Amino acid sequence: MIAILSSILSVVLALVLAPLLLGVVNRTKAIYAGRKGQPLLQLYYDLYRLLRKGAVYSRTTSWIFRAGPIVGLAATALAIPLIPFGGGRGLFSFAGDFFFAVYLLGVVRFLWVIAALDTGSSFEGMGGSREVAFSALAEPALLLALTAVAWMTRSLSLSDMVGRLSWTLGPGVAPIAMVGCTLFVVFLAENARIPVDDPNTHLELTMIHEVMVLDHSGPDFAMIQYTAALKFWLLGAILIGVLLPFETLPTTVRWPVALGGMFTLAILVGIVESTMARLRLLKVPQLLGGACALAIFALILVVR
Amino acid sequence: MQEWIDLLMVLVAVTNLAILGVSRLRTCIRLSAIQGALLGCLPLMVGPLESWGPILLALVTIAMKGWTLPWLLERSLVEAHVQREVQPFVGYNASILIGVIAIAASFWLNSRLPLPFTPAGTLMIPSAFFGVLTGLFILVARRIALNQVIGYLVLENGIYAFGLVLMPHQTLLVELGILLDLFVGVFVMGIAIFQINREFDHIDADRMTGLRDWSDE
Repeated sequence: MIAILSSILSVVLALVLAPLLLGVVNRTKAIYAGRKGQPLLQLYYDLYRLLRKGAVYSRTTSWIFRAGPIVGLAATALAIPLIPFGGGRGLFSFAGDFFFAVYLLGVVRFLWVIAALDTGSSFEGMGGSREVAFSALAEPALLLALTAVAWMTRSLSLSDMVGRLSWTLGPGVAPIAMVGCTLFVVFLAENARIPVDDPNTHLELTMIHEVMVLDHSGPDFAMIQYTAALKFWLLGAILIGVLLPFETLPTTVRWPVALGGMFTLAILVGIVESTMARLRLLKVPQLLGGACALAIFALILVVR
Repeated sequence: MQEWIDLLMVLVAVTNLAILGVSRLRTCIRLSAIQGALLGCLPLMVGPLESWGPILLALVTIAMKGWTLPWLLERSLVEAHVQREVQPFVGYNASILIGVIAIAASFWLNSRLPLPFTPAGTLMIPSAFFGVLTGLFILVARRIALNQVIGYLVLENGIYAFGLVLMPHQTLLVELGILLDLFVGVFVMGIAIFQINREFDHIDADRMTGLRDWSDE
């Protein structure tokens, strides 16, 4: 009973706190730059404002354009209960559900890309093409890293994989560290964070994620922003679940540690964004290829 | 102790991967210095610590591989005015892919290799093989002579790690071999780079194919 309640609580926390994490990232960047920064709850205000507005649809678009944000949000919300948080189990789980979670994110990406293509704008087409090119490299890295974790924990379900690794010295440490590095790079790439994409650039020829959603407005855009926040939470929960040994912690501190881990991750992302420049587009495949190589190396280490 | 050796060998292998994927010559040199320093710590873990041999060996190795050789390379990098890019024949992503294949091949080789004794760390031999393969690959896949020297260093580091597997059994022989190796390495590298710098304005090995002491006609 308590286990189920804690699973429900983790889903509720994800749905409620996800936009706050992006606020923490922005606040960290503001402090780094010596600014006061926007309120921590800015994304909630934005979502509220956007939801009250009406949407504008171009006459060249079809139902695909309208389906994109809705199905995207639905697919991401479906993936959230799979992810265990704070050392508990996911709300539902089955063998092989990490493939299911990864490809739910793939469905989101696919729909956003075809919705962008549906507008007929060449600019959005360019963004879609970049998005697909980079995620084609980020996806194998994510899957290989999760496969290495699956092998280490001898289970195929996220509920038994995430939060079950412990830092015992020896064969354990190196693969966990490498998988952690890979997941962090994937986390930054998938969430359109700085070495790969800059979330602050609007209407620039360098951006990737933002350019795909230029034509969305009102509630549609709110759904897209909320989906992006949920994705941030989802991949972040997997990352800290792999890095922190929840099994070995006493039950009472697991939740504070998990929440602290998420906010530390958000601060870390803010620091990365403040201290690094965006990579040249041509260098991004190199970064993601390196992440893939680390994941394969970790997999070889645990399988041998 | 075995866990620490394995962790160290993983770090060495990761520096190898990084050398394959990095595009700046200076970063390559720094990475090879880190790799040399890491490998310099290895005799302390492998060797018998009752004698002074391993400690001396570690000190000399760190001084040579971690400091002198990289310093020589950096100096010639400044003096030769080479471009800062690596200028590969094989692209970075392809290089990393080949590196991953080389790791798999090293583990396979390791599983096929009968040893009369168990090595101090299970990852020593695969990582040494990987270093050798990486070095050979860099030697053929990079254009600038300086980078080929780095490839030679990486190759030599692999051979050194392989030699250290024998350390608990043939301590003196291994120590002498490594010291001789380092001595020759410093001389060959130092003289080679110095000569190349002096004779030619550039150290682009690709353009040296035109050098001949006899003519085709």
